[in-house]
Formats: sequence, C-alpha cells, structure tokens
Amino acid sequence: MRLVESAGLAAVVGSVPLADFDEDALRDHLEDLEWLERTARAHHRVINGAARHGQVIPLRFATLYHDDDRVRAMLRERRDDFTATLRRVAGRTEWGVKAYVDPRSFLPDPDEPTGGEGSPGTAYLMRRRAQRQDQETAHLRATERAEEIHASLAALAVATAAHPPQDTALAAYEGWMVLNNSYLVPDALSEEFTALVTDLGARYPAVTLEVSGPWPPYSFTAPPKRAEDAQPEETPS
Amino acid sequence: MNQSSDWNPPVRRTGGAREPARRGAEPSSLADILERVLDKGIVIAGDIQINLLDIELLTIKIRLLVASVDRAKEMGIDWWEHDPSLSSGARDVLEENERLRRRVGELEDGRGARREDDHGTQGAEREDER
Repeated sequence: MRLVESAGLAAVVGSVPLADFDEDALRDHLEDLEWLERTARAHHRVINGAARHGQVIPLRFATLYHDDDRVRAMLRERRDDFTATLRRVAGRTEWGVKAYVDPRSFLPDPDEPTGGEGSPGTAYLMRRRAQRQDQETAHLRATERAEEIHASLAALAVATAAHPPQDTALAAYEGWMVLNNSYLVPDALSEEFTALVTDLGARYPAVTLEVSGPWPPYSFTAPPKRAEDAQPEETPS
Repeated sequence: MNQSSDWNPPVRRTGGAREPARRGAEPSSLADILERVLDKGIVIAGDIQINLLDIELLTIKIRLLVASVDRAKEMGIDWWEHDPSLSSGARDVLEENERLRRRVGELEDGRGARREDDHGTQGAEREDER
C-alpha cells in the first residue's frame, strides 16, 4: 500500500492485477463468495489500519483507477466533497448495534381456544388465522422495542444509518434481527455509548443486543440526504 | 416469556461492550463487513466501471441463497413477490415449467395406458377412435 497525495489529501492506494479486476473478471469474482470474503476483508483491513493514523473516508469496495495520475486527478476534482465529508466525520466513530429477539417471547398470551363451534375445517382456518395474527403481533411488539432502543441510542449519536437484517447463513443467529443500525458517535461519548448498549440489554431482557465497532465511518460518508444526517456542524471537542 | 432451549443467541453478546473496544481487535463478521464495503462507503466513478447493479444483484443473490424463503417470509421479507421485475418472470417460468411437467406426465401416463391396452383387450377408447 502507498500514499498518493494531491490537493492536501492523500489516497491510500494498492495495485491489483488487471486480470482480476477488469469488468468481466470482477463480475465473475463477485459471484465467488470465497474471493469476495478475502478481498472485502482486505479492503476493510486497509481502511481500518489507515483509520488508526487519522481521519479516513472509506471508499466503496473496488474503486479502480488505471494509474496514480488518475487518482491525483480524482482527489483534485472531489476535493470539496472530501473535505466536507472529513469535517462531518472528524472526531466521530461508527458503532454498529444489532438487536435479536426470539419471536416466541413476544407472542400474545394464549387466549381460551376459539373456534370450538363450526366444522373442523372452519376451526382449522380460524386457528391458522390466529397464528398468523399472533406472528404479526409479535413482530410489531418486537419492532416497537427495537424502536425504543434505537431512540435511546440515537440520542448519543450525531447521525444514524439503517442496514437491512442480515442473512442467517452469513451471520449465525436465530429468531429475528429487529435492529441493525449504525451510529455516528462523538469520540468523547464512545464509552457512554457502549455502556448504554449494556444498560439497554439489561432493561430489555427479551432483546439480545450486540455492539460492533469501532468502525471507520463507512455508513456516514455518503452525502447527507435525510434531515438527521444533516445536523449543523459543531466544533469537534 | 417462554424462552425455549433451542433459542441460540448470537455469539457476541451485549456484555462484550464493556471491554474497551480496540480497532480491529476482533475479526469482524463477514456480514458486517459486506454490508459496509459493498453497500456503504463513498461512491466515486473509477476508471473501471463495475455496474453497481451487479453488486446489488450479488447481495440479493446471497440473500436469496442463504435465507430460506419460508424463514424470510416469516420475517416479513417478501419483497420479491411484489417486485414485478423479479417475480413475474420467475413465476411465469415456474408456472410454465409446472404446466409442461404436467403435460409430459399426462402424455406418459396416456401412452403407458394405451400400451397396456394394446397388449390386453381392446380398450373402449381405441374402439371409439377407429
């Protein structure tokens, strides 16, 4: 890895063989989960390593230039964007928080059996409908808890980002992942934030919370779109 | 709260948060990394354009691959059923496939039946056909 500098910015650059990264090769490789894992982890390792030495803006996986001059040109062209983004994430760290629930913990208490009258077929259909409604109720209740947890965590963050629930084969878990969010937290509040996750875990015993991080600010480098991302800048303490 | 014994919470738990987190101290989960390096991170046009759609397709593919359809539905994830570009084509193919299978089955059954007829007494159907 090396630094390519221009316009007061430095890009962390590594050379890769074109044979592996031209359009066709890349498309094939992206279908190969083993290759993808190796390469994505390498991408992450470099960003993580650079983040130890200063504020970084993670670029999307497989951002490719033909030579260093093109990288310098890109740094010059995007200088304003990059400096604005750097200001936005400076002194702040991304934390990931996930919430898992066992759906059974959120099922309504079983009422006395309904559908005693009528034919067995009707009773069966009634039972099926009740089961489906119970699932919906459980999901709603679990989602409400997740929203309460999110609101508490968001109070310590300057921005939040939501990820979709993860695949169960890529991330081994059972039940429902009802929260998978990233929080951009001022460094001064890092300990408070992780302690809050622990407290919330105790406050909501039916919800299992998991914190990951600190992450380089992957989820907060896109230009702000929503109001909550576009909070006025304060001087980082 | 009826927590059953087969409920397996994830490996890394809330308690881990108490320990001072170090950058890169523990290997992050692949899912965590992929959702960040593929879906997040600033996007700038490089010299080699990989269609972002490809990446999205890939992640969709992974999702479909690994999450069983029933489980996903149970979680309320059934967007492919409402996405015309994904569902209608696939459903048409499936339906067509099913229709063809049935037809082949019918033809095979029919032929089998007729062959039996040929060997046995003349079937009424064949009589009629003549």
